[in-house]
Amino acid sequence: MKILVTVKEVAAVDDEFEIDGLEIDDRYVTADLNEWDEYAVEEAVQIKEAGDDVEVVTVTIGPSETDETIRQALAKGADRAVRVWDEALEAAGLLDPETKAEVLAAVAAEEDPDLVLTGVQSADDGFGATGVTLADKLGMEWGAVVNDLDLEAGVASVHRELEGGVEELTDIELPAVLTIQTGINDPRYASLRGIRQAQSKELAEYDLADLGLDAAGIASPLEQTSLYEPETEGEATVFEGSPEETAAELAALLEEKGVTN
Amino acid sequence: MSVLAIAEHRRGELRLVSLEQLAAGRDLVDDLGGELHTAVIGGDVETFGAKLNREGVDTVHTVDVGEEFNHDVYTQVVTQLAEEVEPTVLLMPNSVNGLDYAPAVANRLDRPLVTDVVGVDAEDGLTATRELYGSKVETTIDVHAEQAAVTVRPAEWPTIETDGDAAIEAFDATVDESAVRSTVKGFEEVGGGDVDITDADVLVSVGRGIEEEENLDIIYDLAAALDATVAGSRPLIDNGWLEKDRQVGQSGKVVTPDVYIAIGISGAVQHVAGMKGSETIVAINTDPNAPIFDIADYGIQDDLFEVVPALTERFR
Repeated sequence: MKILVTVKEVAAVDDEFEIDGLEIDDRYVTADLNEWDEYAVEEAVQIKEAGDDVEVVTVTIGPSETDETIRQALAKGADRAVRVWDEALEAAGLLDPETKAEVLAAVAAEEDPDLVLTGVQSADDGFGATGVTLADKLGMEWGAVVNDLDLEAGVASVHRELEGGVEELTDIELPAVLTIQTGINDPRYASLRGIRQAQSKELAEYDLADLGLDAAGIASPLEQTSLYEPETEGEATVFEGSPEETAAELAALLEEKGVTN
Repeated sequence: MSVLAIAEHRRGELRLVSLEQLAAGRDLVDDLGGELHTAVIGGDVETFGAKLNREGVDTVHTVDVGEEFNHDVYTQVVTQLAEEVEPTVLLMPNSVNGLDYAPAVANRLDRPLVTDVVGVDAEDGLTATRELYGSKVETTIDVHAEQAAVTVRPAEWPTIETDGDAAIEAFDATVDESAVRSTVKGFEEVGGGDVDITDADVLVSVGRGIEEEENLDIIYDLAAALDATVAGSRPLIDNGWLEKDRQVGQSGKVVTPDVYIAIGISGAVQHVAGMKGSETIVAINTDPNAPIFDIADYGIQDDLFEVVPALTERFR
């Protein structure tokens, strides 16, 4: 069995930041493995550890700077990695879910996985749509927002986390793409041994031509035209002073509201 | 020119976002001209169809196929309906189920998809407003296409309450059963503990800012001193530090206590969805720009590890 896991490097923004044109100034941004993808990687590695002959391959769209993040996934137990980048992708600006899915589908066509796991969404642009778009392009079945997974005899029995504390129990025929929700497992920290091993695992690099894709056809229909801090609607009364002073003010307020011990 | 909004229902209830989308749809039709269509697929389509007949809606399409949501069925039906109505903008909910079929529909119709929008404008081509980096910034996106698909964030538009005089039309969709490769077996309520956070008058709710599981002790101490119930935001439940039934938010419980004390909670939209109806909201957080302060009535912008024990002391 082969499991393909999509892995994205995302940007985390500091509490305080400045906007520089259409981006947040680099000084306030830290690169990290997308939280949802971390759960997807863990789920794949757990399936591998529970069964015989399972290979876990990660795929990433991103420049060589993302290699360090990809190594994190390898250190947690993925067997090898594929990274796709191209000048045309660089120039396309805001990559929409369809464009990303097109690239990932070309990799999936090469790898021919039985199961594809993606994070539900990415922490930065948060489209939440690449996994299902990818499934449809591949003609695979899918399930979005999966927080429990049980594989048996060509069927994925999943729980989908709906709103309001309700889960939907669904059987999905393989091959399938599942988008993985946080909380489905407990992602491991990479061990020192894992980190050492990750350095020698294969990380293959492709451009669009390698995948048989036409660079001229890469054009995102979405164009980001502004970036700004939303206007605060807050009218909170903010207590000022030392922690003792603010706690005293809050205590007085709570007593006024009828909260006592 | 027209707009088509696809309603959502679950276990016999029309979900609120179905009506909120109609307001977003009206905004677009006001810019574009043309008609506002809405559609309900499956379930008690007659009752749902009547409820969707709100002011400004021109046509309600009812599609009688099955009871509950199934993404394979929805993908086929919405694709067929969109091919029939040819809306300039196809609206769908940015819900768990919306995200389970909207991307496939957009792919089949070869339309760009913009998800989780909090604003739309069609005066000069379609422009959508979205949030990035957990609501820290907003961005506007121009969509360069004649026709697009958009998923609408719940609770961003008001519901239209006035009845309308729409035409209600049954749509005869053809469902290819061989392409239905998923089966919904049922539903399960999330449990875990024996506490009902929806019943508490005072909630002490804790988020990622608590950093370590051991640090929860100061939260339990405060809750004990205030005779309050402990709840939490998603990361704590994901980490297994709190039982699932203590989760406040979109995928957890909706709570409306007299007092909600949010400690170390940044206030992501998914969390706010579950607690904004609280009577008095107090936030304790080091980050003065945390979105939680936008909805809080009272705030302390300081280190929770100093403020919380000091507050507990006051009630001892």
